[in-house]
Amino acid sequence: MFATRVFLIAIVLAAGLAIAAPASARDSTSGGDAMARRLEACTACHAEEGIRLDDGYVPRIHGKPAGYLYNQLVNYQALRRRNATMNHMVSHLSRDYLYEIARHFAERHPPYPAAAERPGRALAERGEQLVREGDPQAEVPACASCHGERLTGVQPNTPGLVGLPRLYIMAQLGAWQVGARHAAAPDCMAEITAQLDGRDVEAVAAWLAARPVPDNTEPADAPVAEPPMDCGSVPAPDDNA
Amino acid sequence: MHRLLPILLLLLTAAPAVGATDSADAERGEYLARIGNCSGCHTAPGGEPFAGGLRLDSPYGTFITPNITPDAATGIGDWDADDLWAAMHEGERADGSPLYPACPYPSYTRVERDDIDAIHAYLETVPAVAHETPAHDLDWPYGYRPLVNLWQALYFEPGTPADTADADPVRARGRYLVEGLGHCDGCHRARGTFGATDTEADAPGAMIHGWYAPPLADPAQAGLQDWPVAEAAALLRSGRTEHAATMGPMADVVFDSLQYLSSEDARAMATYLKSIPARTVASPERLIGLSERGREAAMREGGRIYANACADCHGDEGEGGDGAPSLAGNRAVTMDNPVNVANMIRRGGFPPATAGNPRPYGMPPFHQLSERELAAVISYIRGSWGNDAAPVSATNLRR
Repeated sequence: MFATRVFLIAIVLAAGLAIAAPASARDSTSGGDAMARRLEACTACHAEEGIRLDDGYVPRIHGKPAGYLYNQLVNYQALRRRNATMNHMVSHLSRDYLYEIARHFAERHPPYPAAAERPGRALAERGEQLVREGDPQAEVPACASCHGERLTGVQPNTPGLVGLPRLYIMAQLGAWQVGARHAAAPDCMAEITAQLDGRDVEAVAAWLAARPVPDNTEPADAPVAEPPMDCGSVPAPDDNA
Repeated sequence: MHRLLPILLLLLTAAPAVGATDSADAERGEYLARIGNCSGCHTAPGGEPFAGGLRLDSPYGTFITPNITPDAATGIGDWDADDLWAAMHEGERADGSPLYPACPYPSYTRVERDDIDAIHAYLETVPAVAHETPAHDLDWPYGYRPLVNLWQALYFEPGTPADTADADPVRARGRYLVEGLGHCDGCHRARGTFGATDTEADAPGAMIHGWYAPPLADPAQAGLQDWPVAEAAALLRSGRTEHAATMGPMADVVFDSLQYLSSEDARAMATYLKSIPARTVASPERLIGLSERGREAAMREGGRIYANACADCHGDEGEGGDGAPSLAGNRAVTMDNPVNVANMIRRGGFPPATAGNPRPYGMPPFHQLSERELAAVISYIRGSWGNDAAPVSATNLRR
């Protein structure tokens, strides 16, 4: 019960908007009544069978934390993220329904697609370094410090980075660099990507897309350690937790 | 003392009564502002409500909607009720200069003083936001605002109650909402010279954000003349009935505005819309004729595409299914102008989520279809299961 409350508060805070907690969050059933049918507009592109990680683009949404997916749907609605198809799809859906959609996909765990081919050694080394250790000189924290040791994301709002197409990851990091993608302030990813050059972006994307998916693909319940930055879309740790 | 007591009591009871009237006015004003969809234009995507900044492209350049929150410096905090009345009724800003008719005051001018005062009371209660909106970015010579005085002299007449009078009180209420706050004509009627609304009974509709707002006079297009009142009212409020779904800009209107209609007002609007004398209105988009052989080829190819991509939801006979409207007898696909059905197929999307349809079914986008394939499947839908609309050529669908 307490966890649910923290979760709801987190979502509301993360959205940066004083909205009422979605009513549908109160029951834990997945609302199976034809949801798959209702959401064929989503799965036409975000298909269960996934996408080719070496040359595909559409990201996997299945199994990502519901809070993350919900935030993205709200961001598309508010044009904090720009993609003509996604902006159009969510433009007149209610917050309650967006949350239900997010939860629907968060609860599904279809098999992951095959990893992309491993990049050349130099690129792979730089990619692994940025993901695992970061670049302290450039003040870039390790991806794993927030996205989880297994890189499968952290509840409730931090997405997993495995099973995503290389081009999608590159495009997202680039979108943050040019201000076409935003997260709730303080927008950590905007600060981090500002420190990356083109080769870093390429290296991180190529290494992540080639990463074999771990056995346990569930998002972690908590980050490995104290997060290195204060991020608006990640709820602050609760003193009573 | 006992003579003072009643006066004291009167004062005690009167004071809260004034406050209650104010908040009742503001509450009524909130409802009316929703029906007028003020925030639809005066709120930018992701922006603060009523703080303006939405860019409206037009043939005259780009209008940037102003901040109408009660912020004194950047909003309309220093406007009193008379100022709002002058703006909405006469198209005049507080400084005496004219408003561009991008704001639908040619419709709002039919709104009564009492209702505008309520909207003013409501706007005073919304959070003040300091947000300086940029000046309009208009082409020469339209940026010269005094030209609007000339425009008003030629094309604008402040409204009178007689404009929306009707012997039937329900129909009168409906007409008042449709032609006043609802400003339906702002999209459902073409605009002629310098943006003046075409007032002819057989005026075609207008293009809005790449969609066609079909005329309300034609029962083969957006006219509701042949619909039961209850079904028409349900479409306005929920954006979805058994046989129809609103998509495109109309879905925005339902989501932002019409879903908040009281059932009485929805019924009144439906009653009036139903009473508009029926006309056949020609489409501004002229369809290019197809030879009989061309039509047959399109029907064959369209039939294949339909069976693969559409029949699963819309049914083998276009009868519709869970969440998917029937296409047999659906005006959105059979009306002359094919731009809306082309948009729906290319872009897909959801009807609005409303109290009457809280969890809408979505249509996948089919942007991978070529113009020829799109024309074929549209021609097939327009010519099957009793639908008898002319086929569409790829040239008509060129963007």
